[in-house]
Amino acid sequence: MRKPVIIGVGLTPVGEHWKLGLRDLAVEALLNAMEDAGVDKVDSLYVGNMASGSFVEQENLGALIADWAGLGNIPAVKVEGACASGGAAVQEGVKAVMSGLEDVVAVVGVEKMTDAWPSDATRYLAYAADAEWELFHGVSFVALNALAMRLYMKEYGYTEEDLALFAVNAHANGAKNPYAMFKKVIKVETVMRSPYIADPLKLFDASPIADGAAAVIITTEEKAKEFVDKAKMIEVAGMGRAIDTINLANRKDLLLLKAAKVAAERAYKMAGVGVDNIDFFEVHDAFTVMAALSLESIGAAERGKGAMLAKEGQIAVDGDYPIQTLGGLKARGHPVGATGVYQTVEAVWQLRGEAPNQVPDAEVGLTQNIGGTGSNITVTILRRV
Amino acid sequence: MGKPMQVARYWRHFKEKYRLIGGKCKSCGQVHFPKRPVCPECGSQEIEEFQFSGKGKVVSWTIIRNPPSGYEYYKPYPIALIELEEGPLVLAQLTDVDPEEIDFGMEVEMVTRKIREFSEDGIILYGYKFRPPLK
Repeated sequence: MRKPVIIGVGLTPVGEHWKLGLRDLAVEALLNAMEDAGVDKVDSLYVGNMASGSFVEQENLGALIADWAGLGNIPAVKVEGACASGGAAVQEGVKAVMSGLEDVVAVVGVEKMTDAWPSDATRYLAYAADAEWELFHGVSFVALNALAMRLYMKEYGYTEEDLALFAVNAHANGAKNPYAMFKKVIKVETVMRSPYIADPLKLFDASPIADGAAAVIITTEEKAKEFVDKAKMIEVAGMGRAIDTINLANRKDLLLLKAAKVAAERAYKMAGVGVDNIDFFEVHDAFTVMAALSLESIGAAERGKGAMLAKEGQIAVDGDYPIQTLGGLKARGHPVGATGVYQTVEAVWQLRGEAPNQVPDAEVGLTQNIGGTGSNITVTILRRV
Repeated sequence: MGKPMQVARYWRHFKEKYRLIGGKCKSCGQVHFPKRPVCPECGSQEIEEFQFSGKGKVVSWTIIRNPPSGYEYYKPYPIALIELEEGPLVLAQLTDVDPEEIDFGMEVEMVTRKIREFSEDGIILYGYKFRPPLK
């Protein structure tokens, strides 16, 4: 099969873009990526988005964005996998290139969340859960993660302060990212002083509701030579994707992200690498506990030891397991369907050596994007060509 | 949760939500809640109805302070994962309980309660909640 490489990236800052709509954000990121890649047309477009119908009453994003970006009569569709929509869209784009059906593919992830009233936004996010057996009972997405957080703390003896370290690390890194929503360093006390939104989960354990769009241009290694130098080519070396029960209560092991474990195994196998070869990890820290569970599920830590990596300082950019190097979901922000593409853009920056918070000599990076309460997960491994 | 005209959507689940009837696999004997078309253990499609006792224990819980729209009336309210005595876990609100009293392993029993109502002339949804057993 053909070797897929990313040759261009583009994005908007994450934030409350009250003056910009979904199409404005998506088109801006997409045109930036095309300019970065030096391409003026693409064969197809994949749009990662979770809930545009609910948030802004707009579906059919393939047509909307391709039309407004002036891409002509290309095939274009939306890819949906809850908060993992962006990661899934990137993988669909890669598959199209690998298959030989399409040579130059654009992927854009976009979400416009701040036009909705907060309690409605809370409802729309809960649509990623099981509507009949979870949302029906008035559960919020935060609450489902709080149930896991309480169990994780009990099972392995961690405190709320221990988990707060993930937020502290994310903010330390996000402070250096000009595209991050929160460019502010925080302390453990900052997290502890923030109000409970679903005990024991506090406001600063959670990523923010935000707007944003990010895009990448994917082609083959052969074709890439027409557009960019080798230094700008980043290979998509491995990828995996898996689902788990949509309803948290139906999970046999409530603290194992089985879908992430399976997805990571597939990605490692395809890339021919192990966890020890990965120089940095952009994991899905929508909630602090999810950062810990993610590290365990992808093999960076043993079961129950994910939070130890934070306590030992190993998750910092100069540690053995750097995570959230540009702020992660917590500080960069989490425009849900766009997040997986933001992670991809940030991994490309690291591998090109262009990151504002550079991991020294980064050669291989991993992105892990979670949809639902661990029900739909993508893992993608990127490598310098 | 959509508009109140979706009446059929709610009455479809009366058995489960009013009486806690789930499924039992005729092939491997596994019980599930809710009832599924395919047994997650053995893949059999021979599933019969199974009446749960409604007794269980709290596995984990949280207090919802920022509810999704439609549930503001109850806030703050406790939500728990409950392990039914027959095995499966179920997610539900806890009721008739002081949030301070909730603890791991706390015994609870199923009761039928109002889950939410839609505007003044809309339908009212009922379903299971769990409470500490009456003494």
